[in-house]
Amino acid sequence: MKLPVLNNTIATSEAGGCASGSCGSSDASVQNLPESIRAKVADHPCFSEQAHHFFARMHVAVAPACNIQCNYCNRKYDCSNESRPGVVSEVLTPQQAVKKVKAVAAAIPQMSVLGIAGPGDPLANPQKTFETFRRLSAETPDIKLCVSTNGLTLPECVDELCQHNIDHVTVTINCVDPEIGAKIYPWIFWKNKRIRGVEAASILIEQQQKGLQMLIDRGILVKVNSVLIPGINDQHLIEVSRIVKEKGAFLHNVMPIISEPEHGTYFGLTGQAEPTAAELQAVQDACAGDMNMMRHCRQCRADAVGLLGEDRGAEFTLDKIEAMDIDYEAAMVKRAEVHDQLLEQLYAQRESASKPVIRVQGRAVLMAVATKGGGVINQHFGHATEFLVYEASRDGVRFIGHRQVAKPYCEGNSNCGDEAENLLDTLLKALQGCEVLLCSKVGYEPWSALEQAGIQPNGEHAMEPIEDAILAVYQEMLTKGLLQLPDAVDLKSA
Amino acid sequence: MAFEIVASCVSCTACESVCPNDAITDQKVQFAIDPDLCTECAESFPDPQCASICPIEGAIVDSVGEPLNPPGSLTGIIVGVAA
Repeated sequence: MKLPVLNNTIATSEAGGCASGSCGSSDASVQNLPESIRAKVADHPCFSEQAHHFFARMHVAVAPACNIQCNYCNRKYDCSNESRPGVVSEVLTPQQAVKKVKAVAAAIPQMSVLGIAGPGDPLANPQKTFETFRRLSAETPDIKLCVSTNGLTLPECVDELCQHNIDHVTVTINCVDPEIGAKIYPWIFWKNKRIRGVEAASILIEQQQKGLQMLIDRGILVKVNSVLIPGINDQHLIEVSRIVKEKGAFLHNVMPIISEPEHGTYFGLTGQAEPTAAELQAVQDACAGDMNMMRHCRQCRADAVGLLGEDRGAEFTLDKIEAMDIDYEAAMVKRAEVHDQLLEQLYAQRESASKPVIRVQGRAVLMAVATKGGGVINQHFGHATEFLVYEASRDGVRFIGHRQVAKPYCEGNSNCGDEAENLLDTLLKALQGCEVLLCSKVGYEPWSALEQAGIQPNGEHAMEPIEDAILAVYQEMLTKGLLQLPDAVDLKSA
Repeated sequence: MAFEIVASCVSCTACESVCPNDAITDQKVQFAIDPDLCTECAESFPDPQCASICPIEGAIVDSVGEPLNPPGSLTGIIVGVAA
């Protein structure tokens, strides 16, 4: 049986259908982009689930000031043990940032993208942000630059943004309705005044939409981020998605709100619910009818370093980079070699993964995968802190998202025991809804617990490409009669 | 006549960038307002700029120690609930 691999992107001219380690978005809108822009996207880890297994990114925290307040953000936070947007350990001067970028780019040659994402709003710190970009454009021309913003001062910054080597801009747009906006943003700083409520939200929305249009008109790629806040903007995001797509944004990233009380945010302290994995998927799917969706976002820190989902920031603290002596000219030569190799691997993987279509009858199944990257099943269940979730159905395989846990089941023998039981509960909860778990290996105890929870562990496809393995398991389930459609079941029982 | 920044400052730099008198500087632990330069924006703007962008309630106080942004005024979080 052969099934198509769905919802995979970054159509490049040479890729018939991209796949393994599947990209996070459908290819409809990317395919329509000019060749020059498609090439820009190919090695960007934040734009494709597949590319992120090969290429790394880093953020530099040069922009601490913000010009708005969001109810999911607490400006007091500065914790090195947490990983989420807006959190950083040390704010850098532009000069320190440039040095750090060179150090990281030399040490991690697969680093392809540098972003400025906070911890405040980059465009509320225009001097620091643009000085960093100016210097990087000149001194590290092989690194793509991107910036994310709340959009409030975007229109006045567009001209300057166009002057640098800026690859794409991310605008966080949580609403297009000021009444909804007033529930998300308590105030903005605008024209020398603090403005509140619906008036503040109206200004912010107007600026975001104006800035979005200006970027599109100048040919800059725009990704839109939206924070899904159940009960406030969940249904509304479908409208947001439609509007930003109409304007020309090329990717929409709907992320779940993080609202734990200990973070001290307004939403955290007022008991705002976080969406379940199923709720998030439902909104992403509803938006996907109109828009290219990104589903692999790891909501990383404003100073994250490394492949998505990993953070090697601790290797590049200020005192450590001060002591480094970087020959960037030499590093660029090495980087170019590594990039060429990685792109070759990435394209080869896409080629090999294009599949002919054969329709089969069977219900959709969610499968979780433990992987360390490279698009293959290569991680022990007990070592995984993240599982990729795919849906296999009569229409093929598509990447749905990722589920994370704070700790792996087994960090070594010392952790097996009572603590392991609690960890197992957490893992089972995280994997809710999945019927199959694909990993390289799984221990005896978790095996039974997974089975009892209705999740079939499977270690038979170790080192195989993810989609191939999922298709094989799906076919096996079909053969065993486990995937009858509700209609077929009805007929039988009738 | 001058405002003062107190210990709850998180050094986000927002006030420094909007002060019309360049009265605010980074004193490493927290930001500080030079009382000789601060005019409380009296001649420049209807609202004091530092206090209009500061995200931290209570971090900027007036000459008698009253916070320009009292508890609950910026975040809607009532003190006591937050503790």
